Amino acid sequence: MERNLMKGNEALAEAAIRAGCKCFFGYPITPQTELAAYMAKRMHKAGGVFLQAESEIAAINMVLGAASTGVRAMTSSSSPGISLKSEGVSYIAGSDLPAVIINVERGGPGLGGIQPSQADYWQATKALGHGDFQLLVYAPASVQEMVDAVVTAFDRADKYRMPAMILADGMLGQMMEPVEFPEINPNAYDKSGWATDGHKFKREHHIINSLYLKPDELEKSITDRYKKYDIIKETETDAELYLTEDCDILVCAFGATARVVKSAVNAARAEGIKAGLFRPKTLWPFPVKEINEAAKSAKKLLSVEMSMGQMIEDVKLAINCSKPVEFFGRTGGVIPTPAEVLGEIKRMGGTL
Amino acid sequence: MTTEILLAGFGGQGILFAGKILAYCGLMDNKELSWLPSYGPEMRGGTCNCSVCISDEPIGSPLVTTPDLLIVMNQPSFDKFVPCVREGGKVFFDSTLIDAQTDRKDISLFGIPSQQLADDNDLKGGSNIILLGKLLKETNICSLDVMKKAIEKVVPPKKAALIPNNFKAIDLGMNA
Repeated sequence: MERNLMKGNEALAEAAIRAGCKCFFGYPITPQTELAAYMAKRMHKAGGVFLQAESEIAAINMVLGAASTGVRAMTSSSSPGISLKSEGVSYIAGSDLPAVIINVERGGPGLGGIQPSQADYWQATKALGHGDFQLLVYAPASVQEMVDAVVTAFDRADKYRMPAMILADGMLGQMMEPVEFPEINPNAYDKSGWATDGHKFKREHHIINSLYLKPDELEKSITDRYKKYDIIKETETDAELYLTEDCDILVCAFGATARVVKSAVNAARAEGIKAGLFRPKTLWPFPVKEINEAAKSAKKLLSVEMSMGQMIEDVKLAINCSKPVEFFGRTGGVIPTPAEVLGEIKRMGGTL
Repeated sequence: MTTEILLAGFGGQGILFAGKILAYCGLMDNKELSWLPSYGPEMRGGTCNCSVCISDEPIGSPLVTTPDLLIVMNQPSFDKFVPCVREGGKVFFDSTLIDAQTDRKDISLFGIPSQQLADDNDLKGGSNIILLGKLLKETNICSLDVMKKAIEKVVPPKKAALIPNNFKAIDLGMNA
């Protein structure tokens, strides 16, 4: 396979096209814009549709419409734009539609800044819109993983008929790394049972809907969906465990921050401190089994995030608060340095 | 071993372009590498910088905070980043534009009048590549052959006519 040098944003777009995405609807926002620009250039050549909508809200509703017909559809934005899309995401989830949403996070709240952030963790994993629902959330940590995550996201979205999100950040979106595109043969999922793709009166018509005025009917639609979520929690978790076998301090981090942490863990090991890294690749479902495996020998845990501390709550829940969990983070677009994280590890290691 | 390189200057001086050439050198040598630009307002005329890591192992943090090699093209970036250079590191700077005041004795400074050289040789905007030539001469980052191939990759097809100028700029830097 040929190694190409690509920006994360461009690799996300190319991977989507290769995964069979036929409709992209978006609206420009830093630091995600190269993704839409790449789509504008390439999508029509791949036989698909690129459309710059009049707003983020329009774009997500176009995704809803396209997904209703059974085609693979996607939108992308960055934090403030994702907030605008939240209503549409809730409708997509309530209508049991597959779709992929990419968030190349920047600092918030409000318009915030344009530098990298992970402060949308709660939004992505807990409440990207109103109502009882979840999205599949993937957290790649390299340009290559961004490619793989897009392919997986489209597949699982179709498989489970639900929205899937890639939660990236400005650093991953803007950086270039070597990337290889594997031969992608997307699984074909039979959508003939629900897609509103035209039938010329040869079958019962299909209805895509998220409105249930009878509470018992709405309740059943939700509990059915939660049965699906239970299967996903059992089968779809993914994580990287790095030097965790004998670790005293288990550092937990995802996405770009995990790369900083990995450098710090290596530096700590060089100084004789037994540090390890737990990196969830799926944020929802959170890899509960995997973190418990990683934390087996650990005396303390440290969650490192580009936020004021959001994933730390899932870390504590996952290990049932059985060990002390501390936090280190930078926020507002500031990227923690390996030296800072090493400092935290040493501070914790000093008391062991 | 990982070589961490930082390039810094004003937007428009070709900082990201020079960084891209170094990144492609790593790609051609089959190394692991990362290229991380400053983005946003910097790209539109403010100060601009670019982190490049080239390594035999997977890259951890792509953000370079203590560079082994620094290419610097304006005074504010010189004053800001020279104090961060790793002990034993090398700094390549444009002596036409920079007054090299530093009390660091543990790093090597390579100042060449790259802007002047570019102007004298009719290489408009070639100062960045001249500095890259100097870096190539003073380090073992890659071979001249690889750097030339990287330039051919990075120069967009529409501007292929400028490739010989870039080669000339490398040559000027190597002999400066």
